[in-house]
Amino acid sequence: MPDPKPAAQVADLAQAIDRQTNTRLTALFAEQATWVFLAAVLAALILSLATDTFASPQNLFNVTRNFAFVGLVALGMTVVIISGGIELSVGSVVCLSAMVQAIVMNAGFGFWTGAVLALGASAMVGFVNGALIAWLRMPSFVVTLGMLSIARSLAMVLSDNRMIYEFGPDQDLLFLLGGGSTFGIAHPVIALVGLGMLTAFLLRWTRWGTHVFAIGANERAAVLTGIAVPWVKISVYVFAAIMAGVTGILEAGWLGGVTTNLGQSMELAVIAATVIGGANLLGGSGTVTGAIVGAALIEIIRNSLILLGISTFWQGAFVGFFIILAVAFDRLRALRSSR
Amino acid sequence: MTVLRLENVAKNFGAIDALKGVSLKIAKGEVIGLMGDNGAGKSTLVKIIAGNFRASTGRIFIKDQEVVLHNPLDARRNGIEIVYQDLALCDNLTAAANVFLGRELTRRIGPIRINDYAAMNRRAAELFGELKSETRPRDLVRQMSGGQRQAVAIARTRLSNADIVLMDEPTAAISVRQVAEVLNLIRRLRDQGVAVVLISHRMPDVFGLADRVVVLRRGEVVADKPVEATSPQEVTGLITGAIEYA
Repeated sequence: MPDPKPAAQVADLAQAIDRQTNTRLTALFAEQATWVFLAAVLAALILSLATDTFASPQNLFNVTRNFAFVGLVALGMTVVIISGGIELSVGSVVCLSAMVQAIVMNAGFGFWTGAVLALGASAMVGFVNGALIAWLRMPSFVVTLGMLSIARSLAMVLSDNRMIYEFGPDQDLLFLLGGGSTFGIAHPVIALVGLGMLTAFLLRWTRWGTHVFAIGANERAAVLTGIAVPWVKISVYVFAAIMAGVTGILEAGWLGGVTTNLGQSMELAVIAATVIGGANLLGGSGTVTGAIVGAALIEIIRNSLILLGISTFWQGAFVGFFIILAVAFDRLRALRSSR
Repeated sequence: MTVLRLENVAKNFGAIDALKGVSLKIAKGEVIGLMGDNGAGKSTLVKIIAGNFRASTGRIFIKDQEVVLHNPLDARRNGIEIVYQDLALCDNLTAAANVFLGRELTRRIGPIRINDYAAMNRRAAELFGELKSETRPRDLVRQMSGGQRQAVAIARTRLSNADIVLMDEPTAAISVRQVAEVLNLIRRLRDQGVAVVLISHRMPDVFGLADRVVVLRRGEVVADKPVEATSPQEVTGLITGAIEYA
């Protein structure tokens, strides 16, 4: 009589096979950024064939510069989302920062004085957000929703709701940084690459980065292991606000004028880019590449609708579709790995 | 050698006496099974030893030195570690990152300090080796079995060379197959000279592993005896109150 395999051994084998298939699938599904990147490349290829204009150097220059702004803010948003929070005031911080920069330069001060004050104001907003969230344990959604209103209102008060388009002695420097290019690459894109590498480095290689991921996954565990959770949280919101602040300064230089509706509703595009790139709104996961690729995909969609002559009213539908698709993707992945 | 001694430790929350003068001794390398019904005072006692609560009265001695434990960090500094029932792990991090969470090893590159993943993985692998666990340092905790997760949480206590490890229901939330694995991990801890306080509802765990059984009922120690001198039936009686004292 053939010796029947002991049940335990069969179970082990089944488990091993299961684990291996799971690993492959997980590896495949794990990199959402890869898929989004492929989607963006595919869309770009189709557009290059379907239109004469998409692949033109001028259009590519515009596309990359346009998504750089959303991408820059998305870097900060990614860190916030990894920590398990959300930051709705980034669009208003972009406006506040640009306005402070504009007012200071308009008053005759140099670019760097303006930049220090603009980033200082942004950092203050981030600190207040973080302090309320970390120390008073208020939900980040509510705190930053309130700040969305406050920061924009401050920009209106500061500027008396005027448009500012004269930037004093350093005007050319401001315009060069925001609107210029080097070797054919728009300066905001260079800023995005530089700050993207910095963010990726901080997340991957520093204790701070590990702690941000830990807090997002299991805050209680982070507290019990002695991590200074409140300070890490505050730093996360300050980081996000400074990224928005940098974006504000660059946008001021690109647009050549600052109005109080700058960055309006930008937080939605930024959250969309971050989520499409694979960040989980429940916290604990997200990547810099994902955020940048997500921002790129949104801009390509927008650009393609214009080039193909489709009404821009469809833009929201397409972006919304990709947000839902991205989250569905994430759920699918979670289901697979929990099996 | 006695590593931990409690003298008449009591704790009241307002009018409620959660603990009424508990005295207890634990020696190096000894495993104590702490048993009792819900509300008997087990978790209050453990929280006092772990520094989460201050005792209302009574004294705590660690290696014959009286200590006051203000918070969990104080307890850790005094060589006491706790393995929580939910293990307090981060699913999205590797086993090694969880072991070193909050105590990451870093190295200097010019003016900046970066995580030394190689060193952390190496040390974590050593710790898992000592525990005879097959847990791999680079694996994500999300992908691990209950037994492997427990190994990660226990390895964390070895990092600080704790003398006393408190384990809160380590086998409550895992499959029967993995219970044996976890009990072996606890044996390894004991073999390394660690005193273990094992809080458990499971008689087989306590009788298979502990040197002594301590039974709490309504905030009092109603039995403190070697496992050889008692039986699951007697302990059950003590827990429920069918047997007054033993």
